Amino acid sequence: MALFSGRFLREGRALPPELEEARVGIVALARGYGLDFFETIFEMCTYEEINMIASYGGFPTRYPHWRFGMEFIQMQKGYEYGLSKIYEMVINTNPSYAYLMDNNLAVDQKLVMAHVLGHVDFFKNNAWFAHTDRKMLDTMANHAAKVRRIMDERGVSEVERFLDLCLSLENLIDPYAAHVVRTRPREASRHEDDAPVAVEVPTIPGESYMRDFLNPPSYVASERARREEERDRVRSFPEEPVRDVLGFLLQHAKLSGWQRELLRIVRDEALYFAPQGMTKIMNEGWATYWHTTMMTQDILSDAEVVDYADHHSGTVAMQPGQLNPYRLGLELLRHIERRWDKGRFGKDWLDCTDPVARRAWDTGAGLGRAKLFEVRRTHNDISFLDTFLTEDFIREQGFFTTRYDSRAQQWVIDSREFASVKAQLLQVLASRGTPRVHVVDANAFNRGELRLVHAHEGLDIQMDWAERVLGNLALLWGRPVHLDTKLEDKALRLSHDGAKLTRTLPT
Amino acid sequence: MLNIDRDLDRFREIVKGRIRRDLRKYMSSGEMIARKGDKLVSIPLPQIGIPRLRYGPNPKGVGQGEGEPGDQAGQGQQAGDAAGEHVLETELTVDELAQIMGEELELPRILPRGEAQAASKRHRYKGIATTGPESLRHFKRTYRRALTRAIIAGSYDPSRPKIVPIRADQRYRTFVEETEPRSAALLLYMMDVSGSMGKEQKEIVRSEAFWIDAWIRHNYQDVETRFIIHDATAREVDRETFFRTRESGGTLISSAYKLAVEILEAEYPPSEWNIYPFHFSDGDNWSKSDTRLCLDLLRDKIIPLSNQFSYAQVDSTYGSGQFIKDLEGAFSGEEAVTLSRIKDRDGIMQSIRELLGKGR
Repeated sequence: MALFSGRFLREGRALPPELEEARVGIVALARGYGLDFFETIFEMCTYEEINMIASYGGFPTRYPHWRFGMEFIQMQKGYEYGLSKIYEMVINTNPSYAYLMDNNLAVDQKLVMAHVLGHVDFFKNNAWFAHTDRKMLDTMANHAAKVRRIMDERGVSEVERFLDLCLSLENLIDPYAAHVVRTRPREASRHEDDAPVAVEVPTIPGESYMRDFLNPPSYVASERARREEERDRVRSFPEEPVRDVLGFLLQHAKLSGWQRELLRIVRDEALYFAPQGMTKIMNEGWATYWHTTMMTQDILSDAEVVDYADHHSGTVAMQPGQLNPYRLGLELLRHIERRWDKGRFGKDWLDCTDPVARRAWDTGAGLGRAKLFEVRRTHNDISFLDTFLTEDFIREQGFFTTRYDSRAQQWVIDSREFASVKAQLLQVLASRGTPRVHVVDANAFNRGELRLVHAHEGLDIQMDWAERVLGNLALLWGRPVHLDTKLEDKALRLSHDGAKLTRTLPT
Repeated sequence: MLNIDRDLDRFREIVKGRIRRDLRKYMSSGEMIARKGDKLVSIPLPQIGIPRLRYGPNPKGVGQGEGEPGDQAGQGQQAGDAAGEHVLETELTVDELAQIMGEELELPRILPRGEAQAASKRHRYKGIATTGPESLRHFKRTYRRALTRAIIAGSYDPSRPKIVPIRADQRYRTFVEETEPRSAALLLYMMDVSGSMGKEQKEIVRSEAFWIDAWIRHNYQDVETRFIIHDATAREVDRETFFRTRESGGTLISSAYKLAVEILEAEYPPSEWNIYPFHFSDGDNWSKSDTRLCLDLLRDKIIPLSNQFSYAQVDSTYGSGQFIKDLEGAFSGEEAVTLSRIKDRDGIMQSIRELLGKGR
């Protein structure tokens, strides 16, 4: 406890003089390149401290939960057996905190500092981070204090059990929530118990003998039915599908005060971390771009070149058949820089089909750097790849799609064709995320049951986990829950009443 | 104490099943250490997954590198693989693996029986001498001697700390001779290959035997292995055959024990060998009288010769599982006998802990 309480920079964590000197130099250098970052405080940690902070998601204080312990022991073992090692860690706060491991080489520490400043610049300027809580250090500590207080009142196990429920739903949030207004208050609010408003079908006025001709009874009847259905649909709840399942539960589930508090904490923290998942490739690419630029052009001394090259090549190493976000991000950024430096954009470039002219194309535009800064401000991973992945890039980098050959029991190269590689890359990216699930009906079958729909986009959801998630959701909602999805191309409804799962065909 | 220690304790308590028993059934234990290819291994540590709504495995992926369509694309793709599973991968030797397993299972080191046979000599450079070749000069020690002398003689000047060692100051590394006991072990595997032992049972035996092998080898310098399979008759086979054979027919366990006694008495005097018979079976024996014969053989011949006799019974749908009960009845409290039941794959590590936990 005492280790980190309050402003947790303490004497022993300050940088040694030679690194402090390097830090001042690197900060000045980065500002010179136009990077714009929060003040960044570097601290030296032992590997144990680093592992602890990493298992807490980068924060020194989190609420008590066993999963942090589990992650910690895994990182400890990984380090002790020499399997993995954390070089850098930095958190999105203002001021930003970054942690250096005390037994790394000095050249590694410089690399990490340059890399970290890239991240902090990204946190500060990328649009997807604009709404994140920059005082998260304090917020997390407050959350921790609240959870401990609740544990004192309710008992550790009961609180932990409820946290487990919330955590299993923590990805069912709306990562775009901060950027769009999803629901606008309706002008006229109606009470639930009001009698339904009678529906009127507008008719064309005319002589009485013409009335049935102008307004055929069959039409009037079907129109009335349609309007009644529309009226009742408006009365359904929620009126529009809700992606933010946690937020919906927070507002409408029957929870007691302390449960609501815990759910709110889990949701706030999940929303805070969401942009980092959406920008992994860009963020790592950007930081890597800047550490290689600064290290190779300015910082490295002759004696450090070999160690630097060793470390850097490890970072961007390419395993055959695998995808490395550091490398993909870095190479795509460099590709963009080259294109905009040589003026390879716009209508003339796109219309040009002569390969010789294309290869020699250079208008001397010199807009590369400026373009990079614009890209880092506006894009997330999906839009980044969708916008800038070109056929040239795919070919230069040797990308291909793979499929699993079940007869040979191995992954084989499927195709090198541009369109399919791009589509597949985007799909792989999307599949790392959360399946898109919306709450569509909170009063399903008029029995107060919760119905969700999964917008199936080609990949099935993992069934055994879905079963447990639905079980947890049913416990939180207090009534049975249903999820409409597809399995192997067949529509399927998974229903859970808190005790067991049933599978039916959706109606 | 770090903040995390409380969370870590909590997690350990859950893993041990002391609290929150409902969570324990979601613990992935599996094989704690699995071999992959020649050297690459995974070490899934005990882990409890918090379920999340997520996609299942992606049958397609993206890669980067050389190759034509249809060629193999490396070790699978990680990109679309299930997120959130920490499988640590590295290159380790089997010996390092055995050590890690030993730590994870908290296995005691085996104390070889008896005193050194055929002690071997080894030279280790951990001594210091006043003479020796210049290439082995111990600079620090030499400097220290010289410094001491200078201070005693009063010729040391802190403002100009120049130390010149003379001949008598020189110190050299030198070897000392160490005798190390040579310890040899015999692993004698016996397996029931009668009709009731299916493919799954045999796979379990194979896994378990691999780890036993690794651990014993980690503890002894020389290890020999012998393999006996039996149904109604027993014969000695090589390693390959041992793990692949599937016979049918009845089971006479005594046939294996008789053969074991023959081998032991002929070739492995217990004064020179640490002997470890391991017997795997589904616990089905032909008759009560044969079981009696088995117990006699064990009591009079095999156990007195062995460091430890181990019997592991694999659950199968066909076997009655009676044999382990007979052994329990006959040898309860006998230090040199360990018995273990293996329910399924997940039980392998627990079983290894039972079999090797005595450190004999």
